[in-house]
Amino acid sequence: MTAKNINLTLKVWRQNGPEDKGRFENYEAKDISTDMSFLEMLDVVNEKLTLEGREPIAFDSDCREGPICQCGSVVNGRPHGHEKGTTLCQLHMRHFDDGDTIAIEPFRARAFKVLKDLMVDRGALDKIIQAGGYISVNAGGAPDANSIPIPQDVAEKAMDAAACIGCGACVAACPNASAMLFTSAKVSQLALLPQGKPEAAKRAITMVRAMDALGFGNCTNERECEAECPKEISIINIARMNREFLKASFFSDVM
Amino acid sequence: MKLDAKIPAGPIQDKWDKHRFELKLVNPANKRKFEIIVVGTGLAGGAAAATMAELGYNVKNFCIQDSPRRAHSIAAQGGINAAKNYQNDGDSIWRLFYDTVKGGDFRAREANVYRLAQVSRNIIDQGVAQGIPFAREYGGQLANRSFGGAQVSRTFYARGQTGQQLLLGAYSSLSRQVAAGKVKMYPRQEMLDVVLVNGKARGIVTRNLVSGEIEKHAAHAVVLATGGYGNVFFLSTNAMNCNVNAAFRAYRRGAFFGNPCYTQIHPTCIPVHGTYQSKLTLMSESLRNDGRVWVPKNPGDKRAPGDIPESERFYYLEEKYPSFGNLVPRDVASRNAKEQCDAGRGVGETGLAVYLDFADAIKRDGEDVIGRKYGNLFQMYEKITAQDPYKVPMMIYPAVHYTMGGLWVDYNLMTTVPGLFATGECNFSDHGANRLGASALMQGLADGYFVIPYTIGGYLASESIENVTTDHPAFKDSLSYVNDRINKLLAVNGKRTVDDFHRQLGQIMWDYCGMARNNEGLDKAKGMIQELRAEFWENVIVPGETNDVNQSLEKAGRVADFMEFAELMVTDARHRQESCGGHFNEGFQTGESEALRDDENFCYAAAWESKGLDAEPELHREPLTFEHVKLTQRSYK
Repeated sequence: MTAKNINLTLKVWRQNGPEDKGRFENYEAKDISTDMSFLEMLDVVNEKLTLEGREPIAFDSDCREGPICQCGSVVNGRPHGHEKGTTLCQLHMRHFDDGDTIAIEPFRARAFKVLKDLMVDRGALDKIIQAGGYISVNAGGAPDANSIPIPQDVAEKAMDAAACIGCGACVAACPNASAMLFTSAKVSQLALLPQGKPEAAKRAITMVRAMDALGFGNCTNERECEAECPKEISIINIARMNREFLKASFFSDVM
Repeated sequence: MKLDAKIPAGPIQDKWDKHRFELKLVNPANKRKFEIIVVGTGLAGGAAAATMAELGYNVKNFCIQDSPRRAHSIAAQGGINAAKNYQNDGDSIWRLFYDTVKGGDFRAREANVYRLAQVSRNIIDQGVAQGIPFAREYGGQLANRSFGGAQVSRTFYARGQTGQQLLLGAYSSLSRQVAAGKVKMYPRQEMLDVVLVNGKARGIVTRNLVSGEIEKHAAHAVVLATGGYGNVFFLSTNAMNCNVNAAFRAYRRGAFFGNPCYTQIHPTCIPVHGTYQSKLTLMSESLRNDGRVWVPKNPGDKRAPGDIPESERFYYLEEKYPSFGNLVPRDVASRNAKEQCDAGRGVGETGLAVYLDFADAIKRDGEDVIGRKYGNLFQMYEKITAQDPYKVPMMIYPAVHYTMGGLWVDYNLMTTVPGLFATGECNFSDHGANRLGASALMQGLADGYFVIPYTIGGYLASESIENVTTDHPAFKDSLSYVNDRINKLLAVNGKRTVDDFHRQLGQIMWDYCGMARNNEGLDKAKGMIQELRAEFWENVIVPGETNDVNQSLEKAGRVADFMEFAELMVTDARHRQESCGGHFNEGFQTGESEALRDDENFCYAAAWESKGLDAEPELHREPLTFEHVKLTQRSYK
């Protein structure tokens, strides 16, 4: 770890509320250690703004390790920044150079309302899950966990899909603001596992319908979602969901 | 007031069964007449809200995050214990019970721990039924690994994302109940007070973190599942927004606080590297299954790790504890790391780190196998430190991770305030003075899925709970209290930021109430906290307004409570004139620098009653009796 200090210019999106038009404002970030995380750099800027009596930049963050993904912004046009397979909190300043200008904006999509500055409302993703992203089982009464053997490769594939942290970067990256990668990750995980099969047809239909109704766009195979996903969720899941959806549309009783 | 833990009579194996039978039931048709507030959507809160809704209760579920899926439980990496004995290595409910009581250094309630071990098995069944993709063997059976403080493999895991997968399981059940209309979600709402009517918890007052509006919510019972208070140290492995507000407000309203001085310092975290640092990152304890912990034998040896020959390395855990080796419990591993660094053997730029080395494991099993087990952890380490653990040993140092203390609860998980329950990390119940690895997920889910849904019914069925609306004067009082406090914070308009104060408070706590404590330091810390708190209220600067998104205000409210809570922690630590688990008072140690308990005088849970800000809290003692696990000096040698 050989840390050095760099100076940066930030162009940050400031927006007072959902109704405000919003604009970029410039800030200097001086003496930033390259060992800092991106969010720690924003902390430093905010401390300075606070002491100057100005309102700090509102941005969400919580675990700063990856899995919670309360955070998330578009950095230089890319959700979570340019490092592959990385959430914004794990992006470190050593990936920037002295004198760089960095543009920071909220995730943008019709289904994500900007609440303030970089904070957005991603409640629509919860609504997609509520439309069927679960197995209908009550607590109590589950059979012994080893009574359903699941081949390792199937469990691994389900795990690959389950790694989704629901950050919404796929939506922000997509030119159509589609939530296909997010939705398909859950549909896939549960369709792959024997426990999820009984409801697979219904799930595929209700979740896709909810996604459409919430104002997310369609998939046109741009693959931006896969490229930007911090958990590197594969678009194979979208193919799997399309298969589940078609199968359910033609061969099931789900209306 | 005399503490009554309400431990059922009878043999320990039968207590929970018997109790469930004796609890009064709420008729299925009547359940829908009850409203229950659950604060928090982590493993304990999410599971409780979902399960109570499945039973028919109407649940209002609150969280500060933008979605219930973003609770901090999600960050747990390593695994969850369950006494399944799938590996046929001699595990049993009894052994998990025994390990947990012993691991907790004999400061937990036997009956609770036994129940925890019993229901641990149901949790795994429930998780699999929900579709959680636990790791599997080739034959399709569930895989296990071992964790610190145990000599059996009873830990279930899902790569390094066990917490995430278990939380998403609870979240999926919760989502199903939201869709069914049985749970109403209130995301981005922070509880700022609990409201008591005729001595019973009947609601909460919250701040809407988007509009800034202060809201009143009434219910028949309130369940807190708001996590631990590790962020009192500023730097910890907790998420940035974890706080003690809800639990502390409950304490100020009459709920006793149990064992606040029991904090867990996790041995394997990425070392601190700068003053701007906002949080610390944990590297899962599971790494100690294959990683070997060592330091250079000679103090001040600044050579690169690869240049230090085998003969000049000190594998201190393996040498000191041959039977548990690198898998000693967390408190023991942490204290030993500190001891080595204090002796000048620490490595890295700051000298506050030890090596966790995978070279031997990679030589034995190959990079492939090690990568499959720990790949995502190695990747995470590399992202933060820019060093590749496949090639050079990791550098690790202990960091604040978990708090065993919390609101005192009885066997029903009810606090000393009737109708106010506490589950998961925010109660004090099951881990004694030290929690074993992979037991936090177990306890959170046990409380949420399998304990509170029964015990809350017992409360609702046996108490007469009159109808109360938010028009009751108690809600108005609480509302004006909350508003006053917010206005006071905004009015100070001083010169130091909230983070600046928080960092200083954390440093005091780490220096004097951290991994090792002594009476002199604790006395000093108390004065320092009082001075800092006085300065906070005179010199903090909180920009912005109340009727808007205001993250500075949110932080200020949390730090204001930490300023009061820190003093309670120090008071508890000072009163406990012994060492046990995570509470290590340097004045009480064995010849081999292990924690030395005083069972004659301190074999009790300390429950503190608030007497207001300006008065000393009153100590109540719940004596702990050990009928099944013999009180001994813990040994992992």
